[in-house]
Amino acid sequence: MNVTLLFLAVIGAIIAWWLAGQRLTSKPWLEASPVKTATGLEEPPAPAIKIGLYVFLGVVGALFSLFISAYFMRMASSDWWGMPVPGLLWVNTALLAASSAALQWAKNEAHHGSMENLRPALAAGLLLAALFLAGQIEAWRELNAAGYVLADNPANSFFYMLTGLHGLHILGGLAVTGRTTVRAFAADLPPAQLSLSIDLCTLYSHFMLAVFLILFALFAGWANDFVDLCRQLLS
Amino acid sequence: MVEIPAGSAHAVPAAEVEDMELYHPKSWWTKYVFSQDAKIIAVQYSVTALSIGLVALVLSWLMRLQLAFPGYFAFIDADHYYQFITMHGMIMVVYLLTALFLGGFGNYLIPLMVGARDMVFPYANMLSYWIYLLAVLILVAGFFAPGGPTGAGWTLYPPQSVLSGTPGGQNWGILLMLSSLIVFIIGFTMGGLNYVVTVLQGRARGMTLMRMPLTVWGIFTATVMALLAFPALFVACVMMLFDRLLGTSFFLPAIVEMGTQLQHGGGSPILFQHLFWFFGHPEVYIVALPAFGIVSDLISTHARKNIFGYRMMVWAIVIIAALSFVVWAHHMYVSGMNPAFGFFFATTTLIIAVPTAIKVYNWVLTLWRGDIHLTLPMLFALAFIVTFVNGGLTGLFLGNVVVDVPLSDTMFVVAHFHMVMGVAPILVVFGAIYHWYPKVTGRLLNDVLGHIHYWVTFLGAYAIFFPMHYLGLLGVPRRYYEIGETSFVPPSAHTLNIFITVMALVVGAAQMVFLLNLIWSLFRGREAGGNPWRATTLEWQTPQTPPAHGNWGKELPVVYRWAYDYSVPGAPEDFIPQTQPATDGVTREIMA
Ligand code: HEM
Ligand SMILES: [Cu+2]
Repeated sequence: MNVTLLFLAVIGAIIAWWLAGQRLTSKPWLEASPVKTATGLEEPPAPAIKIGLYVFLGVVGALFSLFISAYFMRMASSDWWGMPVPGLLWVNTALLAASSAALQWAKNEAHHGSMENLRPALAAGLLLAALFLAGQIEAWRELNAAGYVLADNPANSFFYMLTGLHGLHILGGLAVTGRTTVRAFAADLPPAQLSLSIDLCTLYSHFMLAVFLILFALFAGWANDFVDLCRQLLS
Repeated sequence: MVEIPAGSAHAVPAAEVEDMELYHPKSWWTKYVFSQDAKIIAVQYSVTALSIGLVALVLSWLMRLQLAFPGYFAFIDADHYYQFITMHGMIMVVYLLTALFLGGFGNYLIPLMVGARDMVFPYANMLSYWIYLLAVLILVAGFFAPGGPTGAGWTLYPPQSVLSGTPGGQNWGILLMLSSLIVFIIGFTMGGLNYVVTVLQGRARGMTLMRMPLTVWGIFTATVMALLAFPALFVACVMMLFDRLLGTSFFLPAIVEMGTQLQHGGGSPILFQHLFWFFGHPEVYIVALPAFGIVSDLISTHARKNIFGYRMMVWAIVIIAALSFVVWAHHMYVSGMNPAFGFFFATTTLIIAVPTAIKVYNWVLTLWRGDIHLTLPMLFALAFIVTFVNGGLTGLFLGNVVVDVPLSDTMFVVAHFHMVMGVAPILVVFGAIYHWYPKVTGRLLNDVLGHIHYWVTFLGAYAIFFPMHYLGLLGVPRRYYEIGETSFVPPSAHTLNIFITVMALVVGAAQMVFLLNLIWSLFRGREAGGNPWRATTLEWQTPQTPPAHGNWGKELPVVYRWAYDYSVPGAPEDFIPQTQPATDGVTREIMA
């Protein structure tokens, strides 16, 4: 459960940092009248939906770190054979990274208020992510054909389960990004109105890319060396 | 010294909160059924949770009947007994208490108490309820499925939970249970995002975190915990579904069952235990923290005293939440873990007692020399404190590895956890319902019926669970369909068992009185007016009672003070609502 504890420590640090800014040591019973804000010219508060996405990503992060904890704990038993990582996964990684980059581009365009480039960028992001999913399914099929079936070995089981779960998350992201794209193409909305949605899609996509990279490192076995190192440090 | 600007409008900061655009329902269906109004969703959550809770109550009667009169009721065989235990435990903990505190009270109270028009994501909030209902229906389907519901115990430990020896293991039972939990967690996450973000972003002007009532602090912190802890249960359920349906071996070791070698091998049941208790222990506090918060507010309001040590109460809530994520393995002392870990987990477990004890002291000090009104909410709050202290003390016993090992899996444990996480939170639920029912319906609950309900429930719960400690010390094991002839259990234990069962039925009957009261008062209860308890918090200051859609009429409230200005010297009434600006006469200086 070390991975989970590490993740919790990070979340805990964020919460502690946030609480530190909340005047938890104030004595509310001595302060009637509204608490003054420092200046009248404060930044507007972040939109609720953005905070909502951050919290949601926290939950998704917890989910994956728990799965990864389980992965390491299960790996400790003797019946574990590593599984070769199909070469296609490299291509898929590139696709997902490109999709994220395209969304980042769309986000920049939206901030500059230009609609011409925004539309293709969004569409490219969407298409690349869809290609990623198709690639993942193809990778599954290759592995299956090569005899690496789900129930054969825990390493295989984890591979299918985790990539599947990640794929579902991508699928959810596709739905939302798809909606944003439709809106971008449908009407002559000013880019400012799309900007927030695009921001959120981009953030989500970067996050899922990061998750995928970690999973990749796990399956390729690089993470193990790192964990071995940690084990040695601990013992 | 704190400088207090003369209270007037210009001290109000620029609108930090925009008025939110509300969804306006167009038909009866979107107004009352597929409603996006947190108040309606709250009622839907509460009614569903109480209904399924009733099922769990009936199951507890059946179990008690079996324990008192073994073999007398032909339809309760061993399989059924295990199914009853499992469904009773799981329903009570997850589908009743979690859903009621967070989905029910959270939905009703958070927007009103922080001065918002509604939750920030009303649509997701509505989905949350319907997904919860779906989870409940899947759960109930277990009773009608071939082979019946799962009998694996609410901890669902593999490998037994998916083997044919356990009811539902190779049938529908375990599948429905796991799917129901997965669906529940998805629905909860949608609601949970709402509760957290509404507290973060939806507060009215002037409502700083340190001005929030402790109820909101409790629910908020519990929700954050739940959002981080439920994924562990989710992971455990998904992996077990894979094991059971797709033949993987995450949790299942090599097993020979009825002479045949199963296809599984090498899996780790301990892994499941870690995941389960990573969720399971915080779950105790997910239920307890809202209860703590609510009790603080009930005590303060009905003793007409500001809460003692507000800041410490807030910190204690936060510290308990943080600590409870690093104690899970104290449920696994008997799983053969490294003693050094046992020591670590025992220590953190005992440390949690410190902030918890602080809370108890602060409640008592709030009551001290208060103007205590023995209203029903207050009575239930007092009963809670007594019960909680009681259960907490036996918990200290069990937190020690040496003491836990012999008592583990006896009736002592059953008595302990029913005291702390069964009876205690339920008492708060009742207190809270008596307290807020007038806001929800505009009418007070009937006092006479209420008192009958209170005394029978409170004393009855003690009559049920006190003797159970004793049975545990005798060595009566838990989760036993019948103990039969044993040398260490004297015949008197049997008489005691009959007594406990009779009391369980009596307490159950008292809950029917409560239900009757809920329905009767809806039509015939005394009109309550807007603020029957003369309370300071925002939910009592709404322009209409019950609050209308949007809660606040045209203008959002502005908050000028903390939530506990009771018995203020010099104030025209003995309390000052949070919405009242500071006036020169009653500047606060008294406290310190
Ligand atoms: C009048 C009320 C109640 C009665 C009479 C009652 C009775 C029982 C009985 C007889 C058992 C089985 C003991 C055994 O054989 O091991 C049990 C188990 C349990 N009860 Fe209750 N109960 C009540 C209320 C509650 C409440 C409010 C909760 C909420 C937390 C709760 C949670 C549990 C749990 C978690 C288990 C363990 C299930 C398992 O072992 O898998 N009970 N209860
Ligand atoms: Cu625990």
